[in-house]
Amino acid sequence: MSGTFLGMPAFPGNAAAAVHDSQLRFNLRKATRTIRGKRAAVVGELPDWEELRAAGKAIKDHTLRNLDRHLLRLEEAVTRAGGRVHWAADAAEANRIVAELVEATGETEVVKVKSMATQEIGLNEALAERGITAYETDLAELIVQLGDDLPSHILVPAIHRNRSEIREIFREKMGQWGRAAPGDLTDDPRALAEAARLHLRERFLSSKVAISGANFMIAETGTLVVLESEGNGRMCLTLPETLISVVGIEKLLPRWQDLEVFLQLLPRSSTGERMNPYTSTWTGAAEGQEFHLVLLDNGRTDVLADEVGRQALRCIRCSACLNVCPVYERVGGHAYGSVYPGPIGAILTPQLHGMTRATPASHGRGISELDASLPYASSLCGACFEACPVAIDIPEVLVHLRAKAPHPRSERLAMRAAGWVFDRPVRLARTQRLGGRLRRFVPGRLPGPGAAWTDTRDVPDIPAESFRDWWDRTEGGTR
Amino acid sequence: MNSRERILARIRTAVAGAPEVALVPARPPAAATGREVELFAERVADYRAVVHVAEPGKEGAVIAEALARRGARRVVVPGGLPREWERAVRDHPGCEVVTDDPPLSAAELDAVDGVVTGCAAGIAETGTIVLDAGPGQGRRVLTLMPDYHLCLVRAGQIAAGVPQAVAALDPARPLTWISGPSATSDIELDRVEGVHGPRTLEVIVIR
Ligand code: SF4
Repeated sequence: MSGTFLGMPAFPGNAAAAVHDSQLRFNLRKATRTIRGKRAAVVGELPDWEELRAAGKAIKDHTLRNLDRHLLRLEEAVTRAGGRVHWAADAAEANRIVAELVEATGETEVVKVKSMATQEIGLNEALAERGITAYETDLAELIVQLGDDLPSHILVPAIHRNRSEIREIFREKMGQWGRAAPGDLTDDPRALAEAARLHLRERFLSSKVAISGANFMIAETGTLVVLESEGNGRMCLTLPETLISVVGIEKLLPRWQDLEVFLQLLPRSSTGERMNPYTSTWTGAAEGQEFHLVLLDNGRTDVLADEVGRQALRCIRCSACLNVCPVYERVGGHAYGSVYPGPIGAILTPQLHGMTRATPASHGRGISELDASLPYASSLCGACFEACPVAIDIPEVLVHLRAKAPHPRSERLAMRAAGWVFDRPVRLARTQRLGGRLRRFVPGRLPGPGAAWTDTRDVPDIPAESFRDWWDRTEGGTR
Repeated sequence: MNSRERILARIRTAVAGAPEVALVPARPPAAATGREVELFAERVADYRAVVHVAEPGKEGAVIAEALARRGARRVVVPGGLPREWERAVRDHPGCEVVTDDPPLSAAELDAVDGVVTGCAAGIAETGTIVLDAGPGQGRRVLTLMPDYHLCLVRAGQIAAGVPQAVAALDPARPLTWISGPSATSDIELDRVEGVHGPRTLEVIVIR
């Protein structure tokens, strides 16, 4: 597999392949269960969690409604603090801006902090075309990059690799990229982390340019915020002479104080920690560094124009929705064919690519089969909505997108390939129950393949209580 | 039309007619509980950092003990570190004090054994230390390259929760929030302490 998501087969094909990969399924189950348990514990510690969630939603909604104004405030504040702001309408423009900024420094190598925005625009590939090598510095991204592979989880991109595979990748590939792995490298995670530390330290000490994303930008102060665990982010943000941050325009918060809400919501939802090991904030040119901020649209304004779909822009990329998703747990991240996997990917990717319109971001490609199938990569069980720290109603958007981009065969294929539900009575029961709770989302007219049929018939209502629940509650109708 | 204008115009078209959403007032910070020091020490220790609580004026001895246990020989001391803390490092037998004046290179910092700093704030609820590159803390790189960070926190600096800390901090300064030693769970979800930042974090809370 080469490092691009372009031209991948649709979700059904990907999912069918992934379901048969037992290593992947084992890792995914272990990972998602571990994180789910930790998340529940630390969320339970905060008595005001629902209030925080409501505040997070309201702050983001306000920001999106007034995005133009807040972006201009941000631009002014960053500029005042000695940074430079660039605006990129699409991926090609963002890549060109970054490449030119790097070229202006005379460097041909850059270090990178994990950033979904730069993955979304294919920055590494674009830089490579211009003779610039981008080195990923996250342990997982390093594993992915050395293995010529694709990330499969927002938070744990190498979740599909086990320790002995990682050892092989390090032994074979590290030497080609820099300091080689020690000859006696074992597959102990400690030893593997140590090998990465030594390999990357050399790189950090010699790098003059770093590229990052950001979790948040504060309009009022011009401050950027990066949350991380390993310290590679601090290395990239602190050591190089030039820092270039590529950030989606929706990552904005109006006020400095708003950060408290998100610094409580994000780590607890994401890694299930009270706080992640390191958070860095900086405003403009910090400690004499040259700082460039590239503001990225790349389809976001199209998402913003959709009344139902725009709530996807509240996303803070915590990955809680992935970890609770029964479909994701079975098929893994690659099946979604996008840097944004899982439930959020199923609603964000097709929208960013331009679901139904010939938007600039879709490059006139129209909608791909993969994009069209993504809204069907879900059972609408609603677990993602409940877990989401900014209360994005993912099932609602999924149903909305299904109606918007009818695609023959997609639903049947997606569901059958994932083979996810009907083999387990418990799951079936849970799904039926949630189906009952989500009745309000079910359209009176089926989208796509069912449309012709429902044109002349009403879709039967989903009962508020499933037969199973009624049976249990009444002990078979005897009570 | 350049991209800046085009993006702004697209935003305006996209939200035209959408209902206004009021910005919620910033949430009032919770009152102090009086248990901040204990909770902070407990929560920092949860991250597998080493924590000591010292009586005021007694922290010098705790610094000396920590450095002895660590076997640190060359220790960075940032400008503006309280005199008694610096003296504890300087007087420690076999310990050489390294200052950042003139500024040390990253490679030089990579070669020292540790760093001793104060902080700008602590957060009890999350066991977090915040540095703002101010006096007694130094440039961000000082607490990044050395493998050992000994950090002193005064009781009065500890906020009950995140809202109070955010309100007290100055966004114009580069901030580093530290919650335990650097860590990764990227390999089969097994937590490994210490990847790029200091692998050992030791904290002295002054009551
Ligand atoms: S949609 Fe919600 S739960 Fe999913 S990654 Fe985004 S913020 Fe997290």
